[in-house]
Amino acid sequence: MLWLLLFTPLVGCALCAALHFAALRARRAGSSEQAPRTLAGVIACAAMALALALSLHCWWTLAQGAQELELESSVWNWIDAGSFHVELSLVVDHLSSVMLLVITGVGFLIHVYSLGYMKHDPGFAKFFAYLNLFVFAMLILVLSSSLLGLFVGWEGVGLCSFLLIGFWYEKGWPAEAAQKAFVVNRVGDACFLLGSFLLLRLFGTLDLSDIAGANFHQLDGRSAEITLAALLLFGGACGKSAQFPLFTWLPDAMAGPTPVSALIHAATMVTAGVYLVLRLNPLFAAAPTVLFVIGVVGALTALIGASTALLQRDIKKVLAYSTVSQLGYMFLGLSAGAWAAALFHLVTHAFFKGLLFLGSGSVIHGMHDEQDMYKMGGLRKEMPRTFLTFFAGAAALSGLPLLSGFFSKDEILDKNFALGGFHWLLWGVGIASAALTAFYTWRMVALTFFGNARYDHHHVHPHESPAVMTVPLMILALLSLVGGALNLPHVLQDMGLLERWLEPVTRAGDELLARGAEHGVAPHHLADSSEWLLLGFGAALALFFAHRGYHAYKHGPERDETLRAGAPELARFLEGAWQIDRAYHERIVLPLRSGSEVLSRRIDQGGIDAAVNGAGRLTALLGGRLRVLNDGQVKHYALWMGAGAAALSLLWVVL
Amino acid sequence: MLALLTFLPLAGALLIAFLPKQSESLLRLVALAVTVVTAGLGIALYLDFDPAKLGFQHEFTQPWFSLDGYDAPIPIAFHVGLDGISLLLVALTVVLMPLVVLSAYGHVHERVKEFLVWLLVMETGMLGVFVALDVVLFYFFWEVSLVPLYFLVGIWGGERRIYATIKFFLYTVAGSLVMLVGVLALLWNCGSASLPELFTLVAQRLDPLTQTWIFGAFALAFAIKVPLLPFHTWLADAHTEAPTSGSVLLAGVLLKMGTYGLLRFGIQLFPGVAIDAAPLFLALGAIGIVYGALLALAQQDLKRLIACSSVSHLGFVVLGLFALTGPAMRGALLQMINHGLSTGLLFLLVGMVYERTHTRDLARYGGIAKVMPVFALFFVFTVLSSAGLPGLNGFVGEYLILAGTFQVSPLWAALSVTGVIFGAVYLLMATRRVLFGPITNPENEHLVDLGAREIGLMLPLVALVIWIGVQPNALLSKCAPALERVIERVEGARLASASAAAPAEEIR
Repeated sequence: MLWLLLFTPLVGCALCAALHFAALRARRAGSSEQAPRTLAGVIACAAMALALALSLHCWWTLAQGAQELELESSVWNWIDAGSFHVELSLVVDHLSSVMLLVITGVGFLIHVYSLGYMKHDPGFAKFFAYLNLFVFAMLILVLSSSLLGLFVGWEGVGLCSFLLIGFWYEKGWPAEAAQKAFVVNRVGDACFLLGSFLLLRLFGTLDLSDIAGANFHQLDGRSAEITLAALLLFGGACGKSAQFPLFTWLPDAMAGPTPVSALIHAATMVTAGVYLVLRLNPLFAAAPTVLFVIGVVGALTALIGASTALLQRDIKKVLAYSTVSQLGYMFLGLSAGAWAAALFHLVTHAFFKGLLFLGSGSVIHGMHDEQDMYKMGGLRKEMPRTFLTFFAGAAALSGLPLLSGFFSKDEILDKNFALGGFHWLLWGVGIASAALTAFYTWRMVALTFFGNARYDHHHVHPHESPAVMTVPLMILALLSLVGGALNLPHVLQDMGLLERWLEPVTRAGDELLARGAEHGVAPHHLADSSEWLLLGFGAALALFFAHRGYHAYKHGPERDETLRAGAPELARFLEGAWQIDRAYHERIVLPLRSGSEVLSRRIDQGGIDAAVNGAGRLTALLGGRLRVLNDGQVKHYALWMGAGAAALSLLWVVL
Repeated sequence: MLALLTFLPLAGALLIAFLPKQSESLLRLVALAVTVVTAGLGIALYLDFDPAKLGFQHEFTQPWFSLDGYDAPIPIAFHVGLDGISLLLVALTVVLMPLVVLSAYGHVHERVKEFLVWLLVMETGMLGVFVALDVVLFYFFWEVSLVPLYFLVGIWGGERRIYATIKFFLYTVAGSLVMLVGVLALLWNCGSASLPELFTLVAQRLDPLTQTWIFGAFALAFAIKVPLLPFHTWLADAHTEAPTSGSVLLAGVLLKMGTYGLLRFGIQLFPGVAIDAAPLFLALGAIGIVYGALLALAQQDLKRLIACSSVSHLGFVVLGLFALTGPAMRGALLQMINHGLSTGLLFLLVGMVYERTHTRDLARYGGIAKVMPVFALFFVFTVLSSAGLPGLNGFVGEYLILAGTFQVSPLWAALSVTGVIFGAVYLLMATRRVLFGPITNPENEHLVDLGAREIGLMLPLVALVIWIGVQPNALLSKCAPALERVIERVEGARLASASAAAPAEEIR
């Protein structure tokens, strides 16, 4: 059954690809290409519906059965190279069942939405082929029992991301963004590969459950290797999940169609790094140094993302930097050993950020491909359904009380607060970023939907999107509003649903952390009173800054101009994401380009090759007298070759 | 059977030589038929091969002549046989040949007869190199395979073909001569030319110093052929000027003669020397990976770019061979096949687009995907295979090589992993500049997409790329026992040198 689940989207992809070429042929022949297009859309969505149903079935089976019950497929003997062999099978456990529901659930809604969004695109069928292929790869990623199988999915989703970012390749810059995404991810992948080699050396296997179930107590003497392996894997996660210093590809990835941004660059693929850490939580728990690094990186990324989102004009860029920032929160949670909280935020984020991206897509669709918020304004009247759902998503993102984002973000911050010590600093950064988040979110809402219309009424006629797009929005809005119930804080519920659900997966990691805590920092629970206090503080903070953000921009973007005029340096710094991307361009890309030129011209052509040609010419010079022999006839050359060889061998014998 | 396989293409060449040169379609058909039959025979051998059996299979020996030796005449024989290592390379050769003949329909329109004759002669040469179990016979075929390429590039090549041909020819001949010295030294010192005998004789009759010299003589010729840094500069010129068929064979099979030689006559024949020389080769391989990738990055000529990428990819193979571990060596052999398939496909594709645009300059492409969507599909697929995307062939080889190397030399493995990054950079850069963006060159606006012949000739390779990616065990299981025996020899030599340096003195 798991193989069926896996291959459903692949079959969908193959059919859509065939239909794409059928549509191309029809277009060339001048006949209608509507039939293959419609069919492709239907097939892709049907494949997703089936996958969703199967995922629900997996979840239900797990919910019915004992804690230890695992769904496992037959084994595929992939690589057998003597001492090294890889067997692949598909496994659903408590962690992957949650991922499955997110991927197929949110994925299904986004497929349906795309039916409307991509309706007029000439590459309609191709788009669905790519989307289905993406889901296939993502399923491999979360279902695989082996780290190498996970890597197959890991690279597969990277490929689909590449293809979909560059979907409108004729324009040029999407193709560049696609290349950048792939290459930056490859930097992470190189770390991932090295990490896997180290794991192989440590454990002799790449089987995930073997690694997670390893007896880390016995590996005390090899903690340096464990730390390095965990660090390298986290390096891979930094690439895929757009963490500092590898986050720079994600904002550029917005060049892809908006449903892609929602599915791949918000809800699913970018959370793969979080999934990886969760999947191997005992390994990371056994490497406290790495958890510390994860915390620093996560907090820093949360802050960079949130502060950069403050001044963006492009609505999708705001959401992109927001995604970077929210992923940072997830890692912040992981660093505190708050596994369930990280997964919780992953799920709620999939709801509300998927919703916000789709909502922005609806706006862009209605505004005839306008993404600049400075040229929007007052759209709540023209697009009431988009507005209401977007409002709900924004409320959840900014952490307004009782909504999903409020609970999930709060739990991550609380866990850091509870750890004390250095984690207080991380908590402080997290709180500051939360304030920024509320601010930029409502700035975005105000600029888009409130105030006066700043677009040209003669050319742009905003319109509400069709139901095929707004119904998915409504479902996601509902989930964003009530998603917090998945994992309520301790003061409201003894143990959150998700925390209890995930317990079998995280038990080993928790135990290792607890053992480390005996002679170190203790992850104790907060007293009820402090937890109430923190909840209240978070709520007040979010409300306050949400109000500030709305208030400052409800009449238009003038405030940005004041800031840009008042503190141009700061504005440039923030808009350019702390100038990290520029630094890469100047310090890495350009030197690499000119360096390879120099290598090719000077060293290869001018050095090695010149030496070779020089040696040849020298020989020719010495043999100038023998030019008569150089008559261009190979048989003569062969003769001399034989003679020379004979002479040389004679020399050999004599010596 | 094996002798038949080896000489069938040569017989075909003779047949074609007697056909009138005006009837080009008949000539092409005969050549195609010959290569297809050879391929069928080769595949039958592949299927019939039983990896569990020890030693060489389908062995065939026919005394040839004898050479004066120190004590007794040394018999030289037409001695051929297959083990798991040569089997895969033979299979690669016979599979590529019909496709090469088919591809020539597109770009060879002059002196078709000669072209086909040389192609078939070359096939015999290449097959002979892989199946020869007699050192002199090996050298003979090594030289035979050289001559046809000389003509293929020199007559049907690009503008600077003469420069490229002479450079390539002299360079490899220089290597061959050094090897010939090594061959003769090996013969006279061991008194036998038979490879299976030599495997035992070398350790008995040769002192370590002589072994090192002979190894060096062989290794130099192989290093030029691979080509290993710093002997690589002939490759880019030869590739750039060669016609598509020549490039496919050059990259697909001829370079593998170098790595095959390193494995068979380097590591397997002189395991002791190979252990000592391994650090050098690991370094050259790893540096070659990065160096080739950086070179590729700077190229404006698409064919040159792929040629440079070959330097990088072959660096992986050398790295894997000299890691001297089971997984890495399997990876290296697999990667020889993979590189033949992926780079073969790349050169076929470049040839197809060249036939339409008559340019290889990256700046003159751009936006081709819009007008040639099928071409774009194949191109992206091939690039992904070459970049080592999991699920396709390249990944398995690369992973085995790197994982196996990491166990013995983490630093060189770590350096080589950066090749994975740079590989993505130059391949995707090339893809973007050829396929994506707006069409900047008006001449490209009305290019015709691939036809049935072009798609058809690539499909077998595409199928193999996927098959190896998904089911690499099919190939790995064929070659595993043979490679294990190489590893055993290496381990044996390691033990011998560890247990005593004294016995080595006694021999002297």
